[in-house]
Amino acid sequence: MSIFADRNTTLIVQGITGRDGSFHTKQMMEYGTRVVGGVTPGKGGQKFEDKVPIFNTMHEAVQETGANASVIYVPPMFAADAIMEAADAGIKLIVAITEGVPVLDMTRVLPFVLEKGARLIGPNCPGLITPGKTKIGIIPGRICAPGRIGVVSRSGTLTYEVVYQLTRAGLGQSTCVGIGGDPINGTNFIDCLRAFEEDPDTDAVAMMGEIGGTDEQNAADFVKQYMSKPVVGFIAGQTAPPGRRMGHAGAIISGSSGTAAEKIEAFTKAGIGVAKRPKDFVELLQARLKSSRRPTTRRAPAKKAAAKTRAKKR
Amino acid sequence: MNIHEYQAKELLRAEGVPIPAGEVAASASDAEAIARKIGGPVVVKAQVHAGGRGKAGGVKLAKTPQEAREHASKIVGMQIKGLTVHKVLVTAAADIASEAYVGIIVDRAAKKPVFMVSPAGGIDIEEVAAKTPEKIMKLPVDTRYGLTPYQASQLGFFLYDDVKKVRAAAKIMQQLYAAFMKHGCSLAEINPLVVTPKGEVIALDAKMSIDDNELDRHPELEQLRDATAEAPSEVQARAASLTFIKLDGNVGCCVNGAGLAMATMDLVKYYGGEPANFLDIGGSSNPEKVVNALKIITGDPNVRAILFNIFGGITRTDDVANGIVTATKQNPLKVPIVIRLTGTNEEIAVKILKENGFSAMTDMDEAVQKAVQLATGKGSSVTPGRARGLQS
Repeated sequence: MSIFADRNTTLIVQGITGRDGSFHTKQMMEYGTRVVGGVTPGKGGQKFEDKVPIFNTMHEAVQETGANASVIYVPPMFAADAIMEAADAGIKLIVAITEGVPVLDMTRVLPFVLEKGARLIGPNCPGLITPGKTKIGIIPGRICAPGRIGVVSRSGTLTYEVVYQLTRAGLGQSTCVGIGGDPINGTNFIDCLRAFEEDPDTDAVAMMGEIGGTDEQNAADFVKQYMSKPVVGFIAGQTAPPGRRMGHAGAIISGSSGTAAEKIEAFTKAGIGVAKRPKDFVELLQARLKSSRRPTTRRAPAKKAAAKTRAKKR
Repeated sequence: MNIHEYQAKELLRAEGVPIPAGEVAASASDAEAIARKIGGPVVVKAQVHAGGRGKAGGVKLAKTPQEAREHASKIVGMQIKGLTVHKVLVTAAADIASEAYVGIIVDRAAKKPVFMVSPAGGIDIEEVAAKTPEKIMKLPVDTRYGLTPYQASQLGFFLYDDVKKVRAAAKIMQQLYAAFMKHGCSLAEINPLVVTPKGEVIALDAKMSIDDNELDRHPELEQLRDATAEAPSEVQARAASLTFIKLDGNVGCCVNGAGLAMATMDLVKYYGGEPANFLDIGGSSNPEKVVNALKIITGDPNVRAILFNIFGGITRTDDVANGIVTATKQNPLKVPIVIRLTGTNEEIAVKILKENGFSAMTDMDEAVQKAVQLATGKGSSVTPGRARGLQS
């Protein structure tokens, strides 16, 4: 098991012939992702790498392939439309890698996606990977290893750093999700934490947040109320000055809210282990896995059911 | 991107928002001429991207054009929160019966633009929110439908009792919303929205921030950018498609990815150093970007050591290595450099660096510690064999 994506995930790449799209499609195929089609308007009927059929529209692609997921590499000004097209075509998991999507575009797109019953991850995110099974997006496969730690993060390369350290220490991952650094995105920390809590193959969660907004504080409340599995967290931007946007559109401290100190305090209060450095994840997770006294291989069915109802109460 | 008050007022005026006459001036004599043209008392206001202009002495009432000239000569060139004032807005003074606050921000939690209005205007809205939250009305807007007339009048009724004023305010809400959407704002604010003794509702101050991601769609807005309001190094970085923020420390940082860049700065601090900057070279980096990044970092005289922290994903570490080699050939470094890189094409990168007299580290913590030691000149706990990231 895993969250959001596994061997049953069949993928369409939106923007498959673009520079980033083609490069990462090859990488995903090498990793074993079931890429069943691509979309580039005007290139319908051609094949990508002599294997993957290209379609003009998402509707056509879904009809022909029966795909259940899509990944988006189109330029920022077209990304919102691509997300809507995917949702309208019946795709249930949409992963938007594109960076630089206007925030106001997202305010129109999100309600539409929700009405269609789809899950959007991103935009401006590295995507997700279920090690050994599938990857959707750009997370380098070789730094991951199959295992039982769930990883969720607002950042890209910081996620790689932490995953790399986990893998080196023998802590494999169930699924790693990069939710993206934009102020408005499709999937937040709580969505991922809830899924990890329900996933029988995840034992503990590593969570990387950053300055700006209140997502981490809300996630801390959720952990306190609903999670039985240990969570370790890190907040990037402890040294960031207020009022300056640190690269990510969401990473800005405005007034007194969204500071690292505020978020770390929320973590501490919720019983989340606080990693002071990316490196600290390894030790903190190991310690918590030991003391959580839950069998690391399999959870008792009764407990699983109980956890499920608890998590769904919200 | 922040724009100045006078620019925001022009955008709002174009939508029909009632705003007292005014023009921007860069010199005392221009200010005097504008005041003469307006006639009557004027307010001379510093145009600078900082709050608290009034308290800093950057906003002055002038009864005569001569007085406007005197105020302008003092305000132009003045420093407000570290920023130099280059321009003043000279605008007709208005009599005030009451002041209200009207603003729209994109709210992360609601995932929508949210209107905030308060009859307690003229002061910092965060102060109102802290002390008298009941005096603030918040109203999320579904951008698919826009601000509906009933919502606009709901907001108006929260501010005023008199239906004439309510209607005038509701109209201004619609106009403000139209400007907000049209120019891709992340914030648009009228503070204060004023009722004059005659009962007119007018905007006395305005603030707008534009979502940087909208600038490709609205190239005309790029012209509103005031490069003199930013640090020169930040202007230079933007031209090179780098995200750079100058800080006060002495460890120059060059990292790929915003999250890792912040974490690197934090780690510099953790090990007792101070970062000189935030610099994100972005995803698909090419050697040229690295050359520009190094130029910007070495342009800061405070920098005592340079730290590269690259985790190659999309970024190819050999591109970064080539960039470092090219840059240092053009301009030999005067300060030590510590290079940490791992990930895509790492072997090639290490080879390139070695051939050119550099060495690379693979551990983030060790690299940061080394850079901090070099910058502060304190001790050396890292064994020389492992950390020869130093170019003599």
